[in-house]
Amino acid sequence: MNTETTNVPDQPATAKRHPAKAVLLAILKRPQSAFGLIVIVAMVLAAVLAPWIVPYDPNDQMFDGLSLEGAPLPPSAKFWLGTDLLGRDLFSRLVLGTQTSLIIGVLANGIAVVLGATVGIVAGYFGGVVAAVLMRITDLMMAFPALLLAIVLAAIFKPSLLIVALVIAMVNWVQMARVVYTETRSMAQRDFIEVQRAMGASAPRILIRHILPHLIYSIIVFGTLGISTTVLLEATLSYLGVGVQPPTPSWGNIIFENQTYFANAPWLVFFPGLAIVLLALSFNLLGDALRDALDPKLKGRH
Amino acid sequence: MSPAENNPGRGDAPRPVLSVRGLTIQVATPNGAKTVLEDISFDLNQGETLCLAGESGSGKSMTALAIMGLLPQPMARITAGSISLADGTELSSRTEAEFRKIRARRISMIFQEPMTSLNPVMTIGSQLAEVLLEHDMCSAAEAPAKALALLKDVRITDAEKRLRQYPHELSGGMRQRVMIAIALACDPQILIADEPTTALDVTVQAEVLELIRALQREHGTTVLMITHDMGVVAEMADRVLVMRSGKQEEAAPVKELFATPRTDYARALLAAVPRLGDSPARPDPDRRHDILDVEGLSVRFPMRSGLLNRVTANVHAVENVSFKIAPGETLALVGESGCGKSTIGKALLGLVPSDGSIRVDGDQVVGVGQAALKQVRRNIQMVFQDPGASLDSRMTVGAQVAEPLQVHGIATGSELRDRVEWLFRRVGLTPDQMDRYPHEFSGGQRQRICIARALALRPKVIVADESVSALDVSVQAQVLELLRELQEEEKLAYLFISHDMAVIDQVADRVAVMNLGQMLETGSREQVLRNPAHPYTRRLLSAVPIPDPTRKRPPVLPRAGEVGTPVFKKGQGPEPFALNEIAPGHWVAAHPDTEQAA
Repeated sequence: MNTETTNVPDQPATAKRHPAKAVLLAILKRPQSAFGLIVIVAMVLAAVLAPWIVPYDPNDQMFDGLSLEGAPLPPSAKFWLGTDLLGRDLFSRLVLGTQTSLIIGVLANGIAVVLGATVGIVAGYFGGVVAAVLMRITDLMMAFPALLLAIVLAAIFKPSLLIVALVIAMVNWVQMARVVYTETRSMAQRDFIEVQRAMGASAPRILIRHILPHLIYSIIVFGTLGISTTVLLEATLSYLGVGVQPPTPSWGNIIFENQTYFANAPWLVFFPGLAIVLLALSFNLLGDALRDALDPKLKGRH
Repeated sequence: MSPAENNPGRGDAPRPVLSVRGLTIQVATPNGAKTVLEDISFDLNQGETLCLAGESGSGKSMTALAIMGLLPQPMARITAGSISLADGTELSSRTEAEFRKIRARRISMIFQEPMTSLNPVMTIGSQLAEVLLEHDMCSAAEAPAKALALLKDVRITDAEKRLRQYPHELSGGMRQRVMIAIALACDPQILIADEPTTALDVTVQAEVLELIRALQREHGTTVLMITHDMGVVAEMADRVLVMRSGKQEEAAPVKELFATPRTDYARALLAAVPRLGDSPARPDPDRRHDILDVEGLSVRFPMRSGLLNRVTANVHAVENVSFKIAPGETLALVGESGCGKSTIGKALLGLVPSDGSIRVDGDQVVGVGQAALKQVRRNIQMVFQDPGASLDSRMTVGAQVAEPLQVHGIATGSELRDRVEWLFRRVGLTPDQMDRYPHEFSGGQRQRICIARALALRPKVIVADESVSALDVSVQAQVLELLRELQEEEKLAYLFISHDMAVIDQVADRVAVMNLGQMLETGSREQVLRNPAHPYTRRLLSAVPIPDPTRKRPPVLPRAGEVGTPVFKKGQGPEPFALNEIAPGHWVAAHPDTEQAA
């Protein structure tokens, strides 16, 4: 009797496409991830082309930007998203703010993800003293009030975009480290890792080729969720005066400047809030698609 | 009512308590509905044991779940057919609430893994009481006494003490007894047992099967047993339904099935079952030198406790074990779970810290650095039990077979690809399968891939740790044949670790029996399996089910003495056994009941 038959038919020749192309195709095939990709590309373009596409100078406090009583104007044909308390065009400020927020969101989060994943994977795989030291540091960082730490760090170094990104990364990497650590620990005891050790593979080889690909799921999910917290933390820092310095707009500081007028001029909080949600959501959708595209078990299912 | 009364030879017609007619189940998959069970029909008669036998994917568990109303919702549904009880109650269209009244009271079920079926944070007593109270079997005041009676019914030792214990404090066999007690709490008519002994050691399996038979006699319960093990079928069944990929292949009384199987599938299935005692002849290995030489190997795992987290005790997983293997020879290491046999396999590859001496082709493994260890590992490789778990699901199988060659810098580029293609052909796969991922292969094919990977470095010794235990018997036979061919051609030495005596009888030249980290008996296959001298070995062999319903296995021998523990306080250790040579090459640990071999 021959029970050893494959349950999967021969794969179509399309599976042999260049991997990067295949991933891009997988993303564009699904409406959700295609949406995410389009939003992100649009935001990047807006950030790069900001000086040319803004209808008004973002820092110009226009006379006709306020009502006769001195109140900000709601969205209209002239000012698409309305104006703020100082009569500046909100749309222009939002577009310019994309630069700051994207850089902070991607840079700070990127550093946090890399740092957190590295600490977690190393501690999880080696265990013992290495894990004890690294994870106690992580616990310490977790117990330390994040905002206080950020303020102290930001106060020591002169505020700049890079410093702000680094400060936020220092606060945000711990959650990632915890998650990756736990997963690596259970992964390190699996048979296929033992096989690698038995064949004499070095630790870096095992970590990069065999453990990391299995952690992609958690890293992508936590990484994309981190983007919105990052953008908001930047806003908090701006608000406290240790973040990006006004009048340079960022989505966060636009919200904080205007939050007290929420009842009278809701658009001032609503639109930058929407921008943050869109950014986080888009990265999330894109992350999901990326995760599925990289999983060989799900190939050709959607 | 005893099963004997249902013999067709007697006048009274068998009375069905459960009838399944034309049962068809479909499961929703991303590619549309898939029929997983097609037109299954059978009667379960009062007091008998019906076995659903078949290999993985045959639909036997699906049938049981359908009867219990436990099909995974909403993916699976019954699309045709009926399941009815003796009084006409139809089960296939019940709601969950209605099923709850039927489960436990009229039909109950025990599962393969008792640990996951019990609640880890509730005592045994309260779990039993919960079932009794849920189904109004007694008042809250009577529950403890009733629970105790149930535990005594399943012959648990120290029943009073067990009531207050938690599941993790009991052994696997005791947990399964508790599960049976819970299943029988409401005295159901039908007991469904889904692979109830698959996770248990062979001696415990024999005891649990004996218990199920005894309870069946006392309570007149009808048993529907699901198993892949034809030995268990032969031992337990009155009638058998052989299933294959969702269809029923053959239904017959057990003796008829084993004597004259009517379908090709049943014939092939029975032919593939390894039998203790029909051991094929083995070529003589080249004994001029030993390729593996283990001397005084000990492995201890420290247990820390107390305020300062100091080592207070050690688990003596392996204690002073010595053996040698010649090229082309197979040494089988047997013993029950926790005896340290797998730890020896890991120690040989330097995966756990150990004491003593391990020489692979002359090179020391114990206490050497990473670089030296890497060199030794070219000569010794390992094949694990679960081929699914030992392959990386995110890498093509070709890349995984190539890895050892890359790690040791043996081949690159087109040479690497050629070597991998050659390895694929060597284990009976085709090179065009190299670019696929592990999930696209069957269990047997995956194990072939693992073997190809282990062979990549042209090792001289292969440690096969339960390498065929997770495979269906037909596939198991094919993989064993592959291992035998490879051994003959490459003069490979195997350390074959297994709990399955019948498989060992097929492959081994010599056998070593272990218990609690020490070797109790070692000798040639004939010496150990035909003339076992140590009581432990004899008990182990007496528990192996015989896949022949005409030969009744004598009851399993009683356990000799207390079950020991491999945990000792720091500075202490187990009493070392002195091995005596009772016949040339047959060494046995001293024991008062040890018999002199003939």
